[in-house]
This record gives sequence, structure tokens and C-alpha cells, in this order.
Amino acid sequence: MEAFDYVAPRSLAEVYSHLGNGKRTLFLAGGTDVIVQLREGRRHCDQLIDLKHVPELMRHGFTSDGTLEIGAASPLAEIYEDAEVQRRLPGLVDAASLIGGIQIQSRASLGGNLCNASPAADSTPALMALGARLVIGSASGSREVAAEEFPAGPGQNSLRPGEILVQIKVPPQPAHSGAAYLRFIPRNEMDIAVASAGVRLVLSPDNSRIEDVRLALGAVGPTVILVNTNDLAGKAANAETFKLAGEMASAAARPIDDMRGGVAQRRRLVSVLTVRALNTALQRATEAR
Amino acid sequence: MRRSQVQTRLNGNDIDFLCEPRQSLLEVLRDELGFTGSKEGCNNGNCGACTVIMNGRIVNSCCVLAVETEGAEIQTIEGVAHGEKLHPLQQAFLEEAALQCGICTPGFIMSAKALLEREPNADEARIRHWLAGNLCRCTGYDKIVKAVLSAEPQLQEAKQS
Repeated sequence: MEAFDYVAPRSLAEVYSHLGNGKRTLFLAGGTDVIVQLREGRRHCDQLIDLKHVPELMRHGFTSDGTLEIGAASPLAEIYEDAEVQRRLPGLVDAASLIGGIQIQSRASLGGNLCNASPAADSTPALMALGARLVIGSASGSREVAAEEFPAGPGQNSLRPGEILVQIKVPPQPAHSGAAYLRFIPRNEMDIAVASAGVRLVLSPDNSRIEDVRLALGAVGPTVILVNTNDLAGKAANAETFKLAGEMASAAARPIDDMRGGVAQRRRLVSVLTVRALNTALQRATEAR
Repeated sequence: MRRSQVQTRLNGNDIDFLCEPRQSLLEVLRDELGFTGSKEGCNNGNCGACTVIMNGRIVNSCCVLAVETEGAEIQTIEGVAHGEKLHPLQQAFLEEAALQCGICTPGFIMSAKALLEREPNADEARIRHWLAGNLCRCTGYDKIVKAVLSAEPQLQEAKQS
């Protein structure tokens, strides 16, 4: 591994004070991507800024309006082990609890998963489906973007120089709604998605009709794709409509052939995964929470 | 390259060491501190042979920088036995023949130890899920899972006595 400086600032202000000095900078949260990338020469830096000593990047909790605020560097295990997160946001737990094995989940963060910007990132479709917003900070202030605006290409996010991802905000979920995330991998655990689907389904008060569907697909395009599902609003929440949603997923997918899967296989997979995720979301929407 | 001084707690002992920021915890354990029980398999976070317990959670020590362990509490396979007396998990791995070449064993034992400390009655499905981040290319996994299951009552007895 090439040599670099390591700094472990104690506050966001201190993080920003290390930026803009001309040094090639990378950020260290759980390190499960960046340490491997540095070792393999896929990324280079003069300084590595460890974010885990900045309190606001390491805590999570619900605000009084029901928004889940997650510090960008908080380990996945701390999120999905939280009983309140399990109760309110099972669709997020689906994704956070299947990234890597337990060793990875002890360290890896949602912020890292977003910033690493793999098209196959597991948490990104789930966060998009839930309508998550991202707080981006810099020395000159902060801005917020929707999760779907953040990925810019394979391995590329839309942070500007001097900015870091500070927080992920998952808004309170609508009444009569449910979410789910599913992926296909050839193993049972510990693999990278061949294709994946995150959904959130909002039903009418009598649970019969669809008011809204948010559908995000992983590993079938250069970034995670948020699918336009406006045509599903008003339709019956049944197998026929879910099949239509699966067809929309196939049509929106822009997959490539690679070592993990083929174009036709991935188009088929996102359709099946979308239908299955919708079935789970429907079940969750109609269960009392 | 400037070396940093790091103070940490390793297997219950306060230690300090010098390292470069680019050195992984695994490299420092093995090459600087002589703790060669943690093994390097893939060196990229897939195989789990380098698993140690850091602040109560299992991590791949190849994916932790040694400088990050400032103030941390680290347990490695070297701290598992009490003197000559094997930990019930180590004894169970021997009795159930849950190893052949042994390279993966320290990682499996650290992962299993962390699981049984949290969930003393973990069932087979839970054990298999928890150990998914540890790979074995010799025995298959049945003997390993059986060993972990068989250590559960002994661990609980050991705790009560």
C-alpha cells in the first residue's frame, strides 16, 4: 500500500480544516471498501481522514417528527440492531443486514455504501425507495439532496471538492405503507448483487388501491436506478398490478453482461425481485406496526 | 514515513506500538507484535481468517488500519485460552474435528466466541448466518457448526461455575 497521512479529527469543523490544501484526500468510515481499494492501487491519497471520531457522524436516532437521522459513518450493525429501526423501517433493515458478513457490518456504513457508489450497493435502492435525503456538509454550509440524486456513475458520487456526506435522513413513512429490499446472489450470504430491487408501497386507507410506489433497482445500470412508477397510482394492490410493476422494472433496467450475470438474466431478475419485494411490502403495509 | 504511536488494549494488556498509517491491524499483529494466530487469507475482507474482536464486535483485521485501534480493546485468538486450559470452543473444535489445515480456525473461533457471548443459545441457522463471513476450504461447514453447537452447554456451565 502506498504511504499516506492519517488524521482523526474530532469535529466537522476540524474535518473541513483538512480539506482544500491540495492534498489528495480520501475519507475513512468503516474502511471495508477504501482500505481494500488503497491496497489494490485502485484509489490513491495523500491523506486519509478518519471520520469515526466525529460524534454527529457516528450516532443515529429518531427526531420528534419520526425522521430517522443516521450519521454517515455509523456502522450498519448499530442501525439494524436498533429495535425501533426494526419496527419502523424493516425495508432499511433488509438491506443493512445483508451487506457483507457480520465482520463487514461491524464497520461498514450507509454513508460509505452511498459514497462508494457501486451500482450494486445494497443500501442505496432501499434508501431511495424510502425517500431518504442526504445532508452534505462543507466549510461554507450544508445542502440536502434526495438519495437518487447522489450517485453520478459507477464508483462516482456527486460530492463536490470540500464536501462530505454528513447524515442520511429517512423521513417518517406514510400511513398504510410498507417497504422491502431484495437481491439475487448465487450464494446465501456474502456476495455482490446480480440484481436487486428496493420498493415502498403506499396504499389507500382501505388497503385496496395503490397510492404510490417508489421502486429502485440495483446492479442493472451505471448507477442505482429510480423507476418512474406514476402509472401504478390508483391501480388495485394485487398480483396483476405487481406484474405490471415487474415489467416496468425490466423496461427501466440498463444492465450489462459481466462475470456476475447477463443482460437477459438481469432484466428477468429485476422483474421477479420487484414482484416479490412488493408482496413483502404489501404484507408489511397491512400489518399493524 | 512518520510512524505513529498507538496505545491499545490487546487481550487484556495495555500495549503501545509504532506503525505506519498504511499498515493494517493484521500486519501489525503478525509482523510487529508477533501475534501470528490471526491469519492472512484473502487480505480483502472476504475470508474472515483474520477475524478479531474489536470493542466487542468482530472485524476483519486486514480491513482495519492499526492506527485506528488507538484506545480500542482488541481480542485475538491468543487471548482465548486460559493458560494451558483451552476455551470450550477450542476444545469443541478439537473434539468435533472441525478443522483440517487450520488456517481458518482462529477466525472461526473468534467469530463464534463473539456470537455465543451475545446469544448463548444460538441455533444452527443463526450460527450458519453469523459464520458466513468466515470461509473454510477443507472440512465443509457441518463439523464447524456442530462444534459451535456442542460448545454452547459447556460455555454456559463454565459461566455458572
